[in-house]
Amino acid sequence: MCADYVLQTKNLVKEFKGFTAVDDVNLNVERGSIHALIGPNGAGKTTVFNLLTKFLIPTSGQILFNGNDITSMKSAEIARKGVVRSFQISAVFPHLTVLENVRVALQRKEGNSFHFWKSDKVLNRLNDRAIELLDSVGLASHADSLTVDQPYGRKRALEIATTLALDPELMLLDEPTQGMGHEDVESVSDLIKKVSKDRTILMVEHNLHVVSKLADKISVLQRGSILTEGDYETVSSDSRVKEAYLGVSEEETA
Amino acid sequence: MLNISKSTLILVVLGLIAPYVLYPVFVMKILCFGLFAMAFNLLLGYVGLLSFGHAAFLGTGGYVTGYLVMETGLSPELGILFGTIAAGLLGAVFGKLAVKREGIYFAMVTLALAQLAFFFFLQAPFTGGEDGMQGIPRGTLFGFIDLNDSLNMYYTVLAVFLFGFWLIKRTIHSPFGQVLKAIRENEPRALSLGYNVNDYKWVAFIISASLAGLAGSTKTLVFQLASLTDAHWHMSGEVVLMTLLGGMGTLFGPLVGAASVVTIQNYLSGGELGNYIHIIMGVIFVVCVLAFRSGIVGEFQKFMKKNFN
Ligand SMILES: Nc1ncnc2c1ncn2[C@@H]1O[C@H](COP(=O)(O)OP(=O)(O)O)[C@@H](O)[C@H]1O
Ligand SMILES: [Mg+2]
Repeated sequence: MCADYVLQTKNLVKEFKGFTAVDDVNLNVERGSIHALIGPNGAGKTTVFNLLTKFLIPTSGQILFNGNDITSMKSAEIARKGVVRSFQISAVFPHLTVLENVRVALQRKEGNSFHFWKSDKVLNRLNDRAIELLDSVGLASHADSLTVDQPYGRKRALEIATTLALDPELMLLDEPTQGMGHEDVESVSDLIKKVSKDRTILMVEHNLHVVSKLADKISVLQRGSILTEGDYETVSSDSRVKEAYLGVSEEETA
Repeated sequence: MLNISKSTLILVVLGLIAPYVLYPVFVMKILCFGLFAMAFNLLLGYVGLLSFGHAAFLGTGGYVTGYLVMETGLSPELGILFGTIAAGLLGAVFGKLAVKREGIYFAMVTLALAQLAFFFFLQAPFTGGEDGMQGIPRGTLFGFIDLNDSLNMYYTVLAVFLFGFWLIKRTIHSPFGQVLKAIRENEPRALSLGYNVNDYKWVAFIISASLAGLAGSTKTLVFQLASLTDAHWHMSGEVVLMTLLGGMGTLFGPLVGAASVVTIQNYLSGGELGNYIHIIMGVIFVVCVLAFRSGIVGEFQKFMKKNFN
């Protein structure tokens, strides 16, 4: 009853032309936790993220952030409130340098982002902070390289550094380890653990090993609705979950 | 960075000596279209927005300046100023409507709005309809520089061009320009970082429209003529060609592209190939898009990088 929720959805629904992708979802994300959203492909996880950040408009239902209704806010406004997302496909600015990627996020709070008559040298005062952030994800030595030339794992780490630059209260990560080799998976999940200290994280994740290691609470989504919720033990021993999702990957849980 | 300033210096020197080597009117035409294409490229090359209606701003600059100078006897500097402002205001209205759309729909909205402007200029009582406005006086700049003198006119045009060049260069390398590049590179990500991307696109659109208007205003004084050609959708297409040919997303590409197109047109229109001018431009366009996508300046930069780095 007295749990402290950063984010809540109430009866969230999204229909695409008669097809219900998100069906009456009630999420309660506790402050300071790592909350994982899992489920088979096409279950509606990315769609939930798109609704939370208003890249899609909900058909019905409510979204509460710190108890305030943010259902009618626009994407950029939600980001400024402190809810910042990453994307399933790595979201970087390919033809900016690694440093510039982070700096463009830091720049927003400077209030000079419309100043077209000023030299961009004024942004150099953000470089120290940008390097600090890059350092925290192990990218400081690549600061001046062009992002497009970086390997996939580094791009995902850069994406996290860029998100951290906004110091978001709630971070939404959509499959942060997808398509990564074993080593990158380990380093990114360590990184997520590290950055979760002062904030709340809601993440979509397919890798159950990562989920078991990181998540305080898990919600299982199936065909748009929540099948069950709880910690890893509870969820992984649920027979319906095994059937719907874990059944096919018994060896992964072992 | 040093390299860019070096190239700017070369540009200024070339601009200063050009009228002693080439026909001043020919170079002024290149400078006006060069500015027009650079303004267009600010949107296409640096925000990733393809406007198919920029003729409206070139035409508005030309008509407003022509009308004010001829009918109200306004000085050339104020004529140019108000022509530019008028184009900027029109850009604010068109831009507001267009930036809500993306990709091909953005292009279609700009085209449709530019067609409205075209029909307005065709029908409005002060524009001279099909004939346009002719015999517009060049006047005296700041009350003491007689623009009927062809060198005076030339250096005025050069000054206007260099101002436009400076403003575009500054915009690209400003905090604002940094956000524009982010939007070009990954719009959803820019949005998710909290930027109201449509507002940034809108401001870029207004700057671009104003500078296109500045090009039109200046061109009107040079040729003492404001005509429907400048507001026609052909002109919107030609600026796309100039920019792609020269190299979109590069600072000098649009100027090189404009110079190439103007030179080819001048060369052809006199000779017996004049009737085939559109076909020839079309072929150049196709070759450019298929064979060397980065344009003249873009390919040149690639070549330099490969061989001298
Ligand atoms: N913009 C859209 N229009 C129509 N259908 C969509 C759209 N986005 C997602 N869907 C559908 O919604 C379902 C859930 O997709 P998604 O949220 O991407 O699943 P996942 O859980 O794998 O992230 C899928 O069947 C998908 O085809
Ligand atoms: Mg997904």
